[in-house]
Parts: sequence; structure tokens; C-alpha cells
Amino acid sequence: MVSWCGYGIGVAMADIDKRRRSFMSRIAALLGGLAIFEAGWISATFLGPRRSRVSLEEGLGFQVAGPVERFEPGSVTAFRDGHFYLVRLDDGGFLALHRKCTHLGCTVPWIADEQRFTCPCHASAFDIRGDVLSAPAARALELFAVRIDNGIVKVDTNKLLRRASFESHQVTRV
Amino acid sequence: MAIADMQENNKWGFVNSLILHTRPVLVPAKALRFTHTFGLGGMSLVLFLMLISTGLLMIFVYEPSPERAYESILFMQQEMLFGRLIRGVHYWSANLLIAVAVLHMLRVFLTGAFHAPRRANWIIGLGLLFLIMVSGFTGYLLAWDQISYWAITICTEMLGYMPGIGQTLQRVILGGAEIGPATVINFYALHTIVVPLLLVALMTWHFWRVRLAGGVVVPRDTEENAQAGTDYVPYIPNLLLREIAVGLMLIAFVLVIAIFFEAPLGEPANPGLSPNPAKAPWYFVGLQELLLHFHPLFAVFIIPLVVVIAVVRVAYLRYDADLSGNWFLTPKGRRMAAVAATTALLLTPLWILLDEYAVGPVGWFSSTAPVISNGLLPCTALAVGVVAFYMLIRKQFNASKNETVQALFVLLVVGFTVLTVTGVWFRGAGMALVWPWQT
Repeated sequence: MVSWCGYGIGVAMADIDKRRRSFMSRIAALLGGLAIFEAGWISATFLGPRRSRVSLEEGLGFQVAGPVERFEPGSVTAFRDGHFYLVRLDDGGFLALHRKCTHLGCTVPWIADEQRFTCPCHASAFDIRGDVLSAPAARALELFAVRIDNGIVKVDTNKLLRRASFESHQVTRV
Repeated sequence: MAIADMQENNKWGFVNSLILHTRPVLVPAKALRFTHTFGLGGMSLVLFLMLISTGLLMIFVYEPSPERAYESILFMQQEMLFGRLIRGVHYWSANLLIAVAVLHMLRVFLTGAFHAPRRANWIIGLGLLFLIMVSGFTGYLLAWDQISYWAITICTEMLGYMPGIGQTLQRVILGGAEIGPATVINFYALHTIVVPLLLVALMTWHFWRVRLAGGVVVPRDTEENAQAGTDYVPYIPNLLLREIAVGLMLIAFVLVIAIFFEAPLGEPANPGLSPNPAKAPWYFVGLQELLLHFHPLFAVFIIPLVVVIAVVRVAYLRYDADLSGNWFLTPKGRRMAAVAATTALLLTPLWILLDEYAVGPVGWFSSTAPVISNGLLPCTALAVGVVAFYMLIRKQFNASKNETVQALFVLLVVGFTVLTVTGVWFRGAGMALVWPWQT
């Protein structure tokens, strides 16, 4: 007989029975909760962003833009595959601007004559550093990180950097 | 005639209970009049069935990837027997379904058919409307032409403005930072499997609740159409024939439209080149128009949230009386609705024009943050205007709460319709205001 609680046998049996039952149902609830959690986790993994897989397949990631000398100061070079513009500022620093307008995601072309990016969708405009020149866009164009190895410019297209406006530390210098 | 007698004499009763057990045996004679419901719910079902049957054919041809999507549709249209027609029927049914479902919701609201025992069905119906929108939206991308690509870009970017979860939600829906292969798969799975299954489940519940409530709302007796009691007639042939007639006419209509106006397929999607102007699908253009006038936080989050809560809550308010059954509830309700519609028809374009050409609060308070000058201030003005309208019209007409809430609803619906019409026809390059014939 189990009587670890020290009660009289008659009372203890009913009591233990009840406790066993509530213990079992608690275990069942726990397992059920665990199953739901697992199913939810798996679903989330399946539905979550699949950028890494895509970039592996397409060889995106670190993109070699070219040697530093190829880019004139004050120039804007479009990289269609990488979805960015490589900007070389007048002082020789580099910025990689994402080509997507921060208002509603249209692609902004560089208008060389006016020295500005103008969005065809809602007429937002950005200067060569990506700063907002005219609304409705509220944030500067997003950035990719730029690295210069042995005089070769490389752009990390894996991660976009959101920013409110241009700051000098965003520039990569030779 | 007693109901039991009619059931006895109804020789089609066994067919009725065997095949058409989802339909009632007897229906109230007064609810049969076409202009009482315009058959909009039934039309939605017919359109859904047409979408399923054409969609089932198309999934055997369509290839859900950015490289193959557009070409597979071209192949279907050019090489396959009736491919153009099948896609046309699908396209027109989808657009009609959204319009018809919205009209159905308006009918239900304006005949007061959202009170108990139809309260739960009002909510289910809202869920159905949401799913129909999701269905249209996910299908929109699949054509993979310029218009569809940029419309979906704009809509998913709008999601990103939701505070907190917006950007995560956007990334989950797109399957990445931008529209790509993962997006096409996501939308394809949602469009062809997930949403249709959910629709079928909710529709079944919706129809069952209609039966549970004793069919559609029955017109109330008023002084004008005073008739003794409620006469019941057998479902067969009275309602059945009407349903078949409406269904067949609708199918014929869609076929004719699809033959003469084929589903558009523009240039293939080019992620590097945005068209000017770039617009959302027409049913979301009203939202896009809001975005031109309000700070994104208000345009895509707070205002829609308030509207959704209001539309749900409206079925759970405490009302003065049971006035349901007739269009616009009462003659007074009809006059109030007309006033509300006229008000919205005048004030919404005025607001749009002022915002476009006058300085407005953004100019006056240009030193404050845009979220205040272009969000909080105009939204507060809007809210005050709406509340003032509610109190004024209620006092002016000495109206019941039912009629006043209805007038407010009409005001908002007409206002949103004006926004949608403006966005679709009066916005040209750079979303500037233009006349429709100038685009």
C-alpha cells in the first residue's frame, strides 16, 4: 500500500487517486501544449523569411563591385543584380544605397542632370547621399555595408541598414 | 394554409430534403422580392464556384516562379484551347466577387439584418470579406506583370508602416526583404489552397447560420405595405427558380464580359523599373489615397483599426428599437442616409482638394513632427467632424439610435468610395490629381 503522505488508508486512497488523476491530466496538458508549440515553431520556420536560402542559390551576399579607381568621385553606379547604387562622394568615400524608395518601395532611378534620385511613384526625392530632399518619404535611402579589401570595393547585400538620415560614419573611406 | 399542410402537399419535398437539404422547405413570401436582397449572397456563391472551377484548370498550367510565371500565362493564353477565356472568367469573377460581397454587406447593414440572431453571422461575413480580399490580393501578384508586381510592392510596403509587427509581417509575407521566388510560392500556396479552404469552412458556417436565423431578414409590416401576417410558400419552385435564374444570368454576364474584355496582361514584371503612377489593386486604392493625406501610422494602422473595431462593434451596440427588415429601416432613415451620402459626396472631394492645393495643418505646424501635423491633428479634426455629424443629424431628425448609426455608416462608406474613385480615376503620374481623360 502506498501511504507516503502519512494519512489513514481509507482517506489516502481516494486522495491519492485524485492527485494521480490531476497529475496525469496536467502531464497531458503539458504534452499537448508542447505539441502545439512545436507545430507552431515548425510552421514559423517554414513561413519565415527565406532570404538566406535565396541568396545562397543566387550567389548574392558579398558582391565585388570593382577596384576603387574605377569609380570617379561624385559618381553613381547602378548594380542591377545587387539592387543598389554604389555612390562615390566628392571626398572619395563610398556608400551603397538600396534602390528602393523608403516611402512605398518603388525603385528610384538616378537622375544625373538634377543630381538626385527621384521616385516615379509619389515624387519623393533623395540627394546623392540618400538623404530626403522632398516628401512623402520620411527616411533616407537604406544602406548596404561597404568594405574595401586591397583596393577592391565589396558590398554586403545580405543586410540592409535602416537610417533616419545621412551621417558621416556611414561612409566607407579608402 | 398551415405549414404542415404545405409540407404534406409539397410533392417535391423528398427531393428537397434529399438533395437540397441545405435550403429551407418553406420560405416567407415577402422575402422573395428581388429588390429585398438583390440575390447578392447567392451571387457571391456562384462567383466563388466559377472561380474554383476556372482556378482548378489554371493550376495545371501555371508555374509559380518569377522566371516561369509570366511565360506560363502567355502559354495558356496563346496555346491552350479557351485559355484566354478561362483566365478572363477567373479575372472578372474575382473582381466582381469583391464588389458583390461588399454590396452584400451593405445590403445586410442597410436592412438592419445584423442584429441578433444574425449577429454572429455579421462577424463571420466580415471574416469572409477579409478572406475574399486576401484571395484577390494574393492572386494579383501571380500574373507577374508590371502592374501586379508594383501593386503588391506598394501594398506590402504599406504593411511595413504598422507599428511593432509591421516589418516582421512584411518579411514573413514576402519571404524576404523584397518580392522574389519565396513571395510567389507564398502567394500561390495561400491563393490556391489556404484561403479557398478557409473560405469553404467559413461559408459553410455562414450558410448554416442563415438557416439557423430562419432565412433572410423578413420585411417588417409598415403602414405602407400592411399585409396580414407572414405567408410561407414552398422553396420549390418559388425561391429555387429565382436562385437558378439569378445564377444563370450572372454566369452569362461574366462569360460575355470575359469574351469582349480579356483579362489584362501587361509587360512582364521588371523590379528595376517602377511604372508611373504605381497603384494598389483597386480595392486597396482607397487606403493608398488615405496614405496621401495622413501620416502612415494613421493611414494604414489607426484609421483602419478604428473602422474595423467600429464595424464589429456595430452589431453589439444597444439599440432603441428593432427596426430591421426594410431598406434604410424607416422612411426617416432613408432621408437621413440621403443627407449623409450627400455630405460625404461634398466634403470628401473638398478635403482632398484642400489637402492638395491649400497649405493646411502641415504648413501651419511645419515645425512639429509629421506624425502630429499630418497625423494627429487632421485625424482629430476628422473624428470631431464625425462625432459632430452624428449628434447634429440625430438632433435634427429626432432620430432613433438605429437610424443615426446607419447614417454614420453611410457617411463613411460613401466617403471611402469617393477616396477609391479618386485614387482609381483621378490620380495620374506622381499621384497628382488629373482628369480621367488626361491619363
